Amino acid sequence: MQRFFDAELESLRTHLLRMGETAIRQVRDAIKALVESNPSLADQVIAADDELDHLEVEIDNEAIRYMNLRAPVATELRLVIVGMKASHDLERVGDEASNIAKRAVRLSAEPPLKPYIDIPRMAGIATEMLRGALDCFLTDDADKALAICKRDAEVDEINRQLYRELTSFMIENPGTISRALEIMFISKSLERIADHATNIAEEVIYLIRAKDVRHTDEVKKTSGA
Amino acid sequence: MADVVPAKISVQQAMTAGGAPSSSKAMAEESIAFDIKDFSMWYGARQALHDVTIRIPAKKVTAIIGPSGCGKSTFIRALNRMHELTPGTRIAGDLRLFGENLYGPEVEPTVVRRRVGMVFQKSNPFPTMSIAENVLVGLRLNGLTQKDFLRQRLEESLRMAALWDEVKDTLGRPGISLSGGQQQRLCIARALAVKPEILLMDEPCSALDPIATAKVEELIHSLRANYTVVIVTHNMQQAARCSDKTAFFYMGKLIEYDETRAIFMNPANPQTEAYVSGRFG
Repeated sequence: MQRFFDAELESLRTHLLRMGETAIRQVRDAIKALVESNPSLADQVIAADDELDHLEVEIDNEAIRYMNLRAPVATELRLVIVGMKASHDLERVGDEASNIAKRAVRLSAEPPLKPYIDIPRMAGIATEMLRGALDCFLTDDADKALAICKRDAEVDEINRQLYRELTSFMIENPGTISRALEIMFISKSLERIADHATNIAEEVIYLIRAKDVRHTDEVKKTSGA
Repeated sequence: MADVVPAKISVQQAMTAGGAPSSSKAMAEESIAFDIKDFSMWYGARQALHDVTIRIPAKKVTAIIGPSGCGKSTFIRALNRMHELTPGTRIAGDLRLFGENLYGPEVEPTVVRRRVGMVFQKSNPFPTMSIAENVLVGLRLNGLTQKDFLRQRLEESLRMAALWDEVKDTLGRPGISLSGGQQQRLCIARALAVKPEILLMDEPCSALDPIATAKVEELIHSLRANYTVVIVTHNMQQAARCSDKTAFFYMGKLIEYDETRAIFMNPANPQTEAYVSGRFG
């Protein structure tokens, strides 16, 4: 049965999806700015972070208003809660993308330490995870969301590998320290983005199944953290 | 033959003895107040309840919800045989209170209704009686007249109903001089005065304002320590606030019964979700 306030919930869903699309675009553009040594594109990413901040506030306001006035229960309540939590994760993704862009600006002033292979690979997995989590939100696919959670281990492993590699660089050649550190922080940002994508996937599972899978064996990483 | 309520215990003895279950067998099953199996009811040719099976726990609040005409009030009235006041009703199935068959051939309905008290949607203090007389009428009708006993039971019942402080200096005033919320609490005190084991409440707050409703809900919350409460309500938020378990009825059938948290967070049946979400129809 349709209700006159259904549009409010639909607005929350729409804003969340728009936030997701924007966050994915921000990560891709930040990595592109790094790989192409394009400070202008990086500046655009930094400026566009405001949009995600505003969307997070908007979604929180919509969620609180809906809970206050409509007393949602069951699926609707879970949707409102997930909306608030996922918007926070997406806002943090935006912040990490903005941080990557700032480092890309600094790195564009020097020759690259080595060809960027692992960083784009990490970014590819992280954005696939984000895209997948949003798709699961649209299609009510909890099994696919669970599979996304398990991919986080891949990103963690690349991060650890890069850490070891860059440490060797710095030891062998202290002149690479500033660039190596910037890349280490970029790798850490991508690792955090994958964590946020995992959080969103867990939240989608909660929305669909009313089951909290955080910190359970069901989502533990295949290669261990 | 199923167990019956021992008919030789007088109503007087039951009222003075207090609200404990009346048999040792019941003591062993005291965690379940009502054990109901395949229970059906008819009003003449019309079947109003269809094969209801449900176990209602003791010293908890169970909410009965469902759209108008679903059988909520019919069900709750079956729990103390109030439906028998309507000619042409008949039942089938098994309904036990603490292990004892409430419909056994030797069971007195008046004894059942002493053990299973009821409060109605519209408060109904006796209009010609004072506040005190309203509370004590059940005891007096059963021959209990000792003054000290009655005075003690009067104060105890009004305190349990969270009304004593408001009326202790005006006990002689008519019951109908109280506000709507106070009248409802007076009716609860009247029900409690005869020491029931169960308190049935059929939409007790539907005629009350939010403040009076809140007071009755606080009372329900405090009563659960000593009483089993079964409450019919149209107010979803009230069911969510007040109850431990919730049963959803539709067209005379029990559709879903679970912990209240589960019914309102993740109901198993789509009809239940539609109803609690306000999207039924």
